Amino acid sequence: MLRKEKIKELRIFAIKIRMETMKEIGNLGFGHVGGALSIADTLAVLYGEVMKIDPQNSQWEGRDWLICSKGHAGPAIYAALGLRGFFPLEELQTLNKPGTHFPSHCDRNLTTGVDMTTGSLGQGFSLAVGVALGHRMDKRTNYTYLILGDGEIQEGQVWEAASYAAQSELDNLIVFVDCNKKQLDGYTRNINDLRDIAQKFASFGWHTQDIDGSKVAEIHEGIEKAKAAKGKSSVIVLNTIKGKGWSFAEDAISNHHMTINKDQMDEALYELEKELEEVEKE
Amino acid sequence: MKATIAETLVKEGKEMRSVYCQSLIDLARVDKRIVVLDADLLSSIGMLPFAKAYPERTFNVGIQEANMIGVAAGLSATGKIPFAHSFAPFATRRCFDQIFLSCGYAKLNVRIVGSDPGVTAAFNGGTHMPFEDIGILRTVPGITILEPTDSVMLRNLVEQVADLYGVFYIRLIRKNATKVYQEGSSFEIGKAVQLREGSDLTIIATGIMVEEALKAADTLVEAGIFARVVNMFSIKPVDEETIIKAARETGAIVSAENHNIINGLGSAIAEVIAENALVPLERVGVQDQFGEVGSVNYLMGRFGLTAGHIVEKARKALGRKAEMQIQYKE
Ligand SMILES: Cc1ncc(C[n+]2csc(CCOP(=O)(O)OP(=O)(O)O)c2C)c(N)n1
Repeated sequence: MLRKEKIKELRIFAIKIRMETMKEIGNLGFGHVGGALSIADTLAVLYGEVMKIDPQNSQWEGRDWLICSKGHAGPAIYAALGLRGFFPLEELQTLNKPGTHFPSHCDRNLTTGVDMTTGSLGQGFSLAVGVALGHRMDKRTNYTYLILGDGEIQEGQVWEAASYAAQSELDNLIVFVDCNKKQLDGYTRNINDLRDIAQKFASFGWHTQDIDGSKVAEIHEGIEKAKAAKGKSSVIVLNTIKGKGWSFAEDAISNHHMTINKDQMDEALYELEKELEEVEKE
Repeated sequence: MKATIAETLVKEGKEMRSVYCQSLIDLARVDKRIVVLDADLLSSIGMLPFAKAYPERTFNVGIQEANMIGVAAGLSATGKIPFAHSFAPFATRRCFDQIFLSCGYAKLNVRIVGSDPGVTAAFNGGTHMPFEDIGILRTVPGITILEPTDSVMLRNLVEQVADLYGVFYIRLIRKNATKVYQEGSSFEIGKAVQLREGSDLTIIATGIMVEEALKAADTLVEAGIFARVVNMFSIKPVDEETIIKAARETGAIVSAENHNIINGLGSAIAEVIAENALVPLERVGVQDQFGEVGSVNYLMGRFGLTAGHIVEKARKALGRKAEMQIQYKE
């Protein structure tokens, strides 16, 4: 269980991740707003509390790994890494500019602290299984965390990896499904509905949880329970909101990839600033 | 084939995707067999009007390209005429075995549309930037690979492909193309279009490189060099006759493609001239690199895909041609 102070700290961290994400995308003028904002709370818990990492030594052998298989959420990962001091925050403003270290999709060869190259949906899961197997072979006690999109899990490769992870009893792998209910063309339930995601994983032999992915305390507790499930891979289905934190994006029907003008960025930052003040007052 | 060439190079008013969508709506009205498949990029390719007009003939399978291609092949086995789209890398390399076996080997009837070829994937970056799609697909026996230059050609080719049988790949830019052809032009698969006459060398280009080739030819004229310009929109079957003629009549060739120089248009040309009429060939294209993120203009410079690069290679080809002529005389 997290202390009250810590919960507050992580909530603040999540809002800051959202603010930096909006600055990155807003200054560029377009980007994958919805799916970047929806995972900010999980990133806050991972990078703010759970993960063993060393911002001074991003390649530290004993570190925990994070693979963001929905690679288009890169800007949110960069925000979290920047806030944790992996690189100066100003560098985030080079997002997608010529020669940048911050491309729209995660790239292990470009960004300090990014553990895997992703962007072709579905592939990150197999990579995570391989990484977790490798760590286990080397008798490391670290964890591999994986973030999948709820649209992404329509890829067959996801279920190949899921069954093999279970077969391998990979208990050093913890998977999050960012269940923000939407994919690019709209609601997942109208396109190809995976229905009860946790149940699907359960039938493969996974330890499963279905939680509110906007609540840092719940996310933290979920990870603790996942770690306690020995001999089983663990999945945590995060019920989230696509575009969370900026009302306009939350309400927009099409909020996957958005064009954003200066006024909209200011509006988003204003809303997040107010939220931050309120949390700080608590 | 009756292609008339536009007088000036200007961006078209309509996006390629809206012309693609309208062409399919028009075709679907008269042919009930036409069906459309997508893997969660129906809005990106501008096909929502089609989905609205023909919901029962639209299959958005979700993010599962390999399944989409298999389903398309299955639909075609029952007589349907499927057009299946995703971004070019996901429509090709992600499901190559399904294309090769379920479509090609099984001799089924599938049209695959890959959007955002090469540098036009722009801000989506390296993971989404296919410099290899033509290369991969060229190895499928019997496949037809087409890269429409502008919306006039796109519409004409979509109409033709709807009526043919086999496996087809259409490499499609989504946004506005530069107008190269006048309204009413028609094209023949397997036949290139000569855009400009010239006797000193031939530039053979496809896709967005056609505009660069025409610009390069203008620059070369200023130096007294007359380049023939050919639009090889049909990459497979490639127009061997036009290539051999260009080799014999102009004695040097520059290929230009928004693709890896390995296994693309330049390679196809190399194969033809090596076996028929060996002349110097210089290949403008991506030099065996992965893509990266940036604007189309930045990336064209970064990967050597501008008129300037074509001019440079043209001079090199001409130098080699002169050397060869001296050697022959000796
Ligand atoms: C293999 C593959 N197919 C298609 C795409 C294009 N694409 C990028 S994001 C996306 C939708 C993703 O939806 P989801 O996984 O739910 O992510 P989120 O809603 O969290 O952004 C699509 C289709 C891709 N990147 N990779």
